[in-house]
Amino acid sequence: MARVDLVYFAWVRERIGKAEETLELPDSVVTAGDLLGYLKTLGEEYVAALEHENVIRVAINQEHVDHHEPIAGAREIALFPPMTGG
Amino acid sequence: MSGAPVTVRVQRDDFDLAAEVRALSASRHDIGAVVTFSGLCRDEAGTLSALELEHYPGMAEAEIARICRQAIDRFGLQAATAIHRYGKILPGENIVLVVTASPHRQAAFDGANFIMDFLKTSAPFWKKEHATDGSAGGWVSAKDADDGARDRWSKS
Repeated sequence: MARVDLVYFAWVRERIGKAEETLELPDSVVTAGDLLGYLKTLGEEYVAALEHENVIRVAINQEHVDHHEPIAGAREIALFPPMTGG
Repeated sequence: MSGAPVTVRVQRDDFDLAAEVRALSASRHDIGAVVTFSGLCRDEAGTLSALELEHYPGMAEAEIARICRQAIDRFGLQAATAIHRYGKILPGENIVLVVTASPHRQAAFDGANFIMDFLKTSAPFWKKEHATDGSAGGWVSAKDADDGARDRWSKS
């Protein structure tokens, strides 16, 4: 089990219903993609937020990563939609 | 890697274009060109009452600084400033400012363009629209055109 801080932004945050939480992740969660799959087992709100997994962006310790990236050693993992600043 | 100064701020308050240009060029005599780009909030033909800008504190600053450093190295800029606002922004108000400096104009133009293209697609900011008719605002969708604008920099 690994303990990690999760932070959510924009409509991912709204659909999950919270901005941040700390979770104990099972050892089967190896990559960022595994994390998205695991979160969808936690409840309908996660399913609604992460329904279109391919559009969800992931940042580990505040750096962009793709879904294949291992999450080992992550202190903070952020999930958010494509960015629309500027 | 160039030691050219980078100034990055993510703030709720407005910014002053002239003050930022002065700060970037103060006490230097080697700069030949300064380009500023500012992005403003549109009213979308009267349908939009405000934008709400959310950001990821820490990562937003870090990503913008990383993009500015890339632009400095790629175009040989002498300095770069990028300021992005968050919170509620009304039509006509400023959202973002990019200032670049170089010995000759082309690098400053290209650098500002490059910084904006990458800022839009990789700096963690999200816009939510508030409508003038009071209907529920929606999150602005990312545009494929913005990805295309970014990707053109990897073709040359």
